[in-house]
Amino acid sequence: MDLINNLTFLQIMAGVFIGIASGYLGSFMILRRMALVGDALSHVALPGIALAFLLNVNPFIGAFSALFLGIVCIWLIESHTELPTESLVGLFFTVSLAIGILITPENELLEALFGDISKISLDDTIISVTFSIVVIAAMKLIANKFMLGTLSPDLAKSARINVSRLNFIFLILVAVIVALGIKAVGTLLMGALVVIPAISAKNISNNLKSFTLTSAVFGLVSLVAGIYISRLLNYSPGPVVVLVSGLIFILSLFLKKE
Amino acid sequence: MPDPTVLKVEKLSVEFNGATVVDGVSFSVLKGEVLAILGPNGAGKSVIFRALLDLVPYSGKISWAPDLKIGYVPQKLAIDRSTPLSVVEFLKSKAKNTKEILDVLKLVGINTGPESEHHLEHHILNRGLGKLSGGEFQRILIAWALIGGPNVLLFDEPTAGIDISGEETIYNLLKKIQQSNDLTLLLISHDLNIVYNYADKVICINKKALCLGEPHQVLDPKSLSVLYGGEAKFYHHEH
Repeated sequence: MDLINNLTFLQIMAGVFIGIASGYLGSFMILRRMALVGDALSHVALPGIALAFLLNVNPFIGAFSALFLGIVCIWLIESHTELPTESLVGLFFTVSLAIGILITPENELLEALFGDISKISLDDTIISVTFSIVVIAAMKLIANKFMLGTLSPDLAKSARINVSRLNFIFLILVAVIVALGIKAVGTLLMGALVVIPAISAKNISNNLKSFTLTSAVFGLVSLVAGIYISRLLNYSPGPVVVLVSGLIFILSLFLKKE
Repeated sequence: MPDPTVLKVEKLSVEFNGATVVDGVSFSVLKGEVLAILGPNGAGKSVIFRALLDLVPYSGKISWAPDLKIGYVPQKLAIDRSTPLSVVEFLKSKAKNTKEILDVLKLVGINTGPESEHHLEHHILNRGLGKLSGGEFQRILIAWALIGGPNVLLFDEPTAGIDISGEETIYNLLKKIQQSNDLTLLLISHDLNIVYNYADKVICINKKALCLGEPHQVLDPKSLSVLYGGEAKFYHHEH
C-alpha cells in the first residue's frame, strides 16, 4: 500500500503536528490572556478563504493573508493606543466573519466554517507539518523573553528586551497556526483548538515547562483521537475534535493541583 | 579622576493625557550613593523611575554614565496564584546559566547549598511564583534585578506588602548588597524612618522637587508639612 497517498496516514500526520503546535502556542496565548482574541482572530480567516476560493489559490494562503492583516491591526492597536484590545477585536472580527459568510461560495461554506481534514491533500499535509515545526521552534526560541514581557512589560524593557517586536513575532506565529488549524476544525472552532488544551493543562501544571508540554500533548490527543472517532462514527472531524478537547478539560478538573 | 556622577536629571517633566504628573525635577546621583525619593502616594515617584528607565515619554534631560547596567525592582507585579511559572523559570528569563541564578540567590540570602538540594521539591526555585509570600517574592524580584551584575539598582517602594520584621531584613539586605557590590541605589519610599536610616541623599517629590539634600538637613517639620500638604503626620523620633 502506498503510505504517502494513504488518506488516513496524511490526516494523522497533519493532526499530530497541528495538534502539538496549536496546543503549545495556545499555552502562551492563555498566559497572555488572549483566549478571546485567539478565538475571534480565527474568524478573520473566513474572508481570506473566500477570496482564495474565488481566485482559485490554496485556502491556506488566503487564510494566512487575512490573518496577517488581522494581527497587524491588533499589534498596532496594542502598541500605539491605550484602547482595550478586546472590545475592538469583538467589533471588527465579527464584522469580518459576516463579510466572509456573504462572499464564500455556498458549497464551500460548510468546509470553511467547520473544516474537513478528511479531504486533506499531500501538499496540505507537507505545508502543515513544515509550518508546525517552524512555529514550535520559533516559539521555543522566544519563550523565556516573551513570558517575561507578558508578566511585566516594564520589567522586560528594563532588561532591554524589545517587547513590541516579540509580541509581533508571537502574533505572526498565532496567525500561521490558526491558518493551519482551519483545515482541521474550521474557522468557527479553531479558537477551541488553541484555547481548550491550554486551559486544561493549566489546571494540572505548576511550571511553564509542564504547562506548555502538557498543552501540546492535549492538543495532539484532541486532534488524533477526534479524527479517529469521527471516522468510526462517520461524523465531521472538526466538532468531534473540539468535543474530545472539552472532555480532556473535564478530566483535568478532577486532577486539578491544589 | 573619572567623573563620579552616575546620573544627572535636568528639568524632567512627564505628562499623561495633558496632565502634568512630574514637573521640572532636577537632581544628580554619585557613584555608590543611596538616593531616596520621598513623597506621598500619587506624587509621581514611580513615574520618575519609569522615565529613568525610558518606559514613558518625557521632556527634559536624563543622562546616565556610559556603560551602566541598571537593575529594576518594580513596586509590584500583577501575578495570580495559578500562574504556571516557577521561580527558576522566572529567573531564567534573564540569567544566562544556573550559576548566575545561584549567585544572586545567595546575595539575597536564599540558601542553595548542598544540604538544601535534598529538599529540592520544596525548594523555593521549584515553587510557583504566584505562591510565594510577600517577603519571598520581593527577595526573588531583587535577585532578578541583580542578575547580570548591575551598577545601579532602582528599587520602587521596598516596603510594600511586607510586615515589619520582614521589612527590616529587606533593608538590611539592600544595604549589605549595596556595600558589597559597590552599587548605586535609588529607592522610592514614603517611609521617613527608612529614608533617615538608609539614604545618603533625599529628594522630596510632589510633582515638583520640594527638597534635595542630606535627610537630616532638609527634612524638618516645615518641609514635610509642605510635602504632605499640611498634615505632617510623620516625624522623625530621636530616641
